[in-house]
Amino acid sequence: MTRRLPGWLVALVTGVFVLLHLPVLVLVAYSFNASRYSADWSGFTLHWYARLLERPDILRALRLSLTVATVATVLATVLGTLVALGLARSGFRGKRMVEGGLYLPIVTPEIVTGISLLILFVAVRVPLGVGTVIVAHTAFCLPFVAVVVLARLRGMDRSLEEAALILGADEATAFRRVTLPLLAPGIMAGALLAFTLSLDDFVITFFVAGPGGTTLPVLVYSMVRRGIEPTINAVSAVLVLLTSLTVALAARVGGERGA
Amino acid sequence: MPELPPIVEFRQVSKSFGEARAVDAVSFAVRPGEFFSLLGPSGCGKTTTLRLLAGFETPDDDGGEVRIDGEVVNRRRPYERRIGMVFQSYALFPHLSVERNVAFGLEEHRIPPTEIPGRVERAPGLVRLAPATYARRKPHQLSGGQRQRVALARALVLEPTILLLDEPLGALDLKLRKEMQLELKTLNRQLGMTFIYVTHDQEEALAMSDRIAVMSAARVAQLGTPAEIYENPRTEFVAQFIGEANLFGGVAGRAGGGAGGLRPILQADGRDLLVPDHPGLREGTEVRIAVRPEWLDLCAPGEVPPGENALPGTVGDVIYLGETMHVVVTLAAGARVRVALRNEGQLLNPLRWTRGDAVMVAWRPEDCQVLEPA
Repeated sequence: MTRRLPGWLVALVTGVFVLLHLPVLVLVAYSFNASRYSADWSGFTLHWYARLLERPDILRALRLSLTVATVATVLATVLGTLVALGLARSGFRGKRMVEGGLYLPIVTPEIVTGISLLILFVAVRVPLGVGTVIVAHTAFCLPFVAVVVLARLRGMDRSLEEAALILGADEATAFRRVTLPLLAPGIMAGALLAFTLSLDDFVITFFVAGPGGTTLPVLVYSMVRRGIEPTINAVSAVLVLLTSLTVALAARVGGERGA
Repeated sequence: MPELPPIVEFRQVSKSFGEARAVDAVSFAVRPGEFFSLLGPSGCGKTTTLRLLAGFETPDDDGGEVRIDGEVVNRRRPYERRIGMVFQSYALFPHLSVERNVAFGLEEHRIPPTEIPGRVERAPGLVRLAPATYARRKPHQLSGGQRQRVALARALVLEPTILLLDEPLGALDLKLRKEMQLELKTLNRQLGMTFIYVTHDQEEALAMSDRIAVMSAARVAQLGTPAEIYENPRTEFVAQFIGEANLFGGVAGRAGGGAGGLRPILQADGRDLLVPDHPGLREGTEVRIAVRPEWLDLCAPGEVPPGENALPGTVGDVIYLGETMHVVVTLAAGARVRVALRNEGQLLNPLRWTRGDAVMVAWRPEDCQVLEPA
């Protein structure tokens, strides 16, 4: 059903979209600008992208970001799925509190999460570095995975698992042959969500990174502090590309019906 | 028929969810090969009873015994029970083709892979689905009736001795439902398999069952053949849930107060009703009786056959139902009764009665059922 929207609403939505996306587009455009100064356009170049490859610090940060995102995604996905299964499939005292506690990190300001994790690591004398970044990323990605998987589980007909049991499958087999395949799109969507969240996180990482934990967003921040140079535009464009790809993949997987 | 040992037996089985008793000291025994129905309104405990038998629920700790083939199976897992089940939602695996759905149980029972395709193809109930239509399709590409058949085939292909059916026809339209009723009945007879059928549809239960356990409020209200349940309902609940019933009340009179083992039921307006004497009747106590609409007849005042019970009333609505005509009569005492008359053909032999006629509602004393106090 299509309906004509009032003019002011169209203007408002357009305004919001322009404000949200125009700066990013400009940034991506300037990453191809031959001029050293972002203000004037002096022709198309891939020079700044070539320069990225010559910068070991950027390549190292990119590699670290991808490693952290991959490890944290795997951990958060496995743990988040288990949490969702526990919440949907068993009754225990304090279940509602656990579920509430699960949603809390999603709404907690990142800066609070960052600071409190830092305090925790210092308190238990864990040296800051790649390890603490991975732990922090796993922690803040887990609730997102759990929520996505939980939604899928709650929409699933319990009698499917019961049918598997009465057809001769034990609990483990029923889970492997019925529950897991039906849950797969939800788990996949949760994992992709976790991957993007981890990849572009700055605030929390900034607090728990330490010397060895400079991920790409943290590196970009430190570069900007020394003044804008066109390579930053190129790095940012790469980051935008990576996250957009993951989000697009997540949307496709999550949008799959039935299956 | 010699009495075979029961294939399924419930002995004082109870199941609670929190404070609520879903099944309360339920006992019954099912004979091998029987078509046995659990009938009742929603929330009466019939589905929980079935789930206790399937092994999806466990009886309370002091909650009696569920037995299959004489063995107590209270704690046995569903996959250790060799039972088949057709679910209300069909519960077909949406990620598997129809063929793989039917093969699922065979695979789990370690049937050699070379034998599986043949057994799937011969699965009872699938016979009427051409192989081309089902083999590769996913369940969501099938019609409701086809899904139903696949669900049935998936259970029957394992040749269980007991098949549980949880309102399997609820989602089908009337015509298909009648067709499937006949088909299920035929399968039950041909395969010699015990069918335990849960339904809230009394007509369906009467049409298909060898015996019915009518459930109400977590208990078995009455157990018997369809004829016993319909013609001798023991309680007001059973009388009203199965078929239609006109209820009359009064106070029991003196035993032998009527001729030939009849006992009068004294009514407020002095018109006593005669009922067959019943060991539960005590003089001076309240009694309720149920009379089926087709046991009643209408006659003009003064034409009541001798010896019959009769109550005066006024004709209200006349409802044309095809094979019968239902006449609603408002009794002088205020109650309304339904009288079912055979349709003799309204075009050639129209009914004598029209709205507003003064009539007598009459029935023979033996055509009534004395109900147990609720």
